[in-house]
Amino acid sequence: MLLSIENIALASGILLILIGLLGALTNKNIIRMIVAFSIFDTGVNILIVTFGYMPGRTAPIIDGAKVTAQNIAQVAIDPVPQALVLTAIVIGFGVTALMLVFALKMHEKRKSLDINDYTDLKW
Amino acid sequence: MLKNSFIALLVLAFGVLLFHGVVKLYKVPEKLNRTAEFYNSNEASQIGAANVVTAVVVTYRGLYTLGEVTVLFLAASVIGFFLKRKKKTAPVDAKPAGSELMTTASKVLVPGSIILGVYVFVNGHLTPGGGFQGGAIIGTAILLLALANPTYSISKKVFHWIESISGFVFVAIGLAGLLLAGGFLDTRFLPNGEMLSLFSAGAIPLIYSMIGLKVGSEISGIILELNDTQPNQD
Repeated sequence: MLLSIENIALASGILLILIGLLGALTNKNIIRMIVAFSIFDTGVNILIVTFGYMPGRTAPIIDGAKVTAQNIAQVAIDPVPQALVLTAIVIGFGVTALMLVFALKMHEKRKSLDINDYTDLKW
Repeated sequence: MLKNSFIALLVLAFGVLLFHGVVKLYKVPEKLNRTAEFYNSNEASQIGAANVVTAVVVTYRGLYTLGEVTVLFLAASVIGFFLKRKKKTAPVDAKPAGSELMTTASKVLVPGSIILGVYVFVNGHLTPGGGFQGGAIIGTAILLLALANPTYSISKKVFHWIESISGFVFVAIGLAGLLLAGGFLDTRFLPNGEMLSLFSAGAIPLIYSMIGLKVGSEISGIILELNDTQPNQD
């Protein structure tokens, strides 16, 4: 089945990764590059969550009615990708904030956000 | 531009490669893999948390979470170090107020958001919530506060103290697990209690509350730090 949830999620994750990569490589403005990296991050998170998805199953939370301690292995999905993404989102926030602060300091120093004005590491 | 189209072509090739690899490797799993099987079927008797994801984050892979919190702390302190400034000698009374809308909204929403954040991280072992989500909600409340009062500088000292103390208590609970139970960050030194009640799952509510406070104060600290560097535009 082509238009199932997992295929849509896979396609959109890959699409977001590509958009982020393209944006980071083609833009000259540092803020735009940071936005592109953030989009890339989201795409990777969607991909990881998709790999833990199983059709027809529910979240691994015991509620005593539909999911109980006895049948959780049969009706719930894999908890590990969700746990990884949970922390990855917060790390993504920290990395984005750090990049923005670097951009702020760079702009303070040279009054420019164009990456072409920073040639110190060029040879 | 020729260069940009070349890059676009390269990215497209990478995308085709990625898509091909992922679609070929990925097939919809019929049953859980062995790790997930172990976590799902043994979690209720071993840890006693209703939310298996919480048990994985806090207990089974608690060391990852400790490292993750450390990374966030490092990011927050680097940001604080970079944005450190001399005290501005701006006149205190020349403050433009925030917009009427933001001020009113912040009066209504900030206390509720903070309570919601605390609720989310206290109930992290029962509901799809937890320390990171609750901390992020508290961070948004502080962001709203900062947007409503753009020049009113909120003291960052209290956030630094909350962050340090909660981080310390997190490690101390982990060490208590080492001394009283099976190992570092083992939460079973407190009784498991009755499943689906607030006081259950050993020390998980304690640890997740500490993570929530720590993440919330770190996000608030970053936001306030960035807010303070904004020059007064008027």
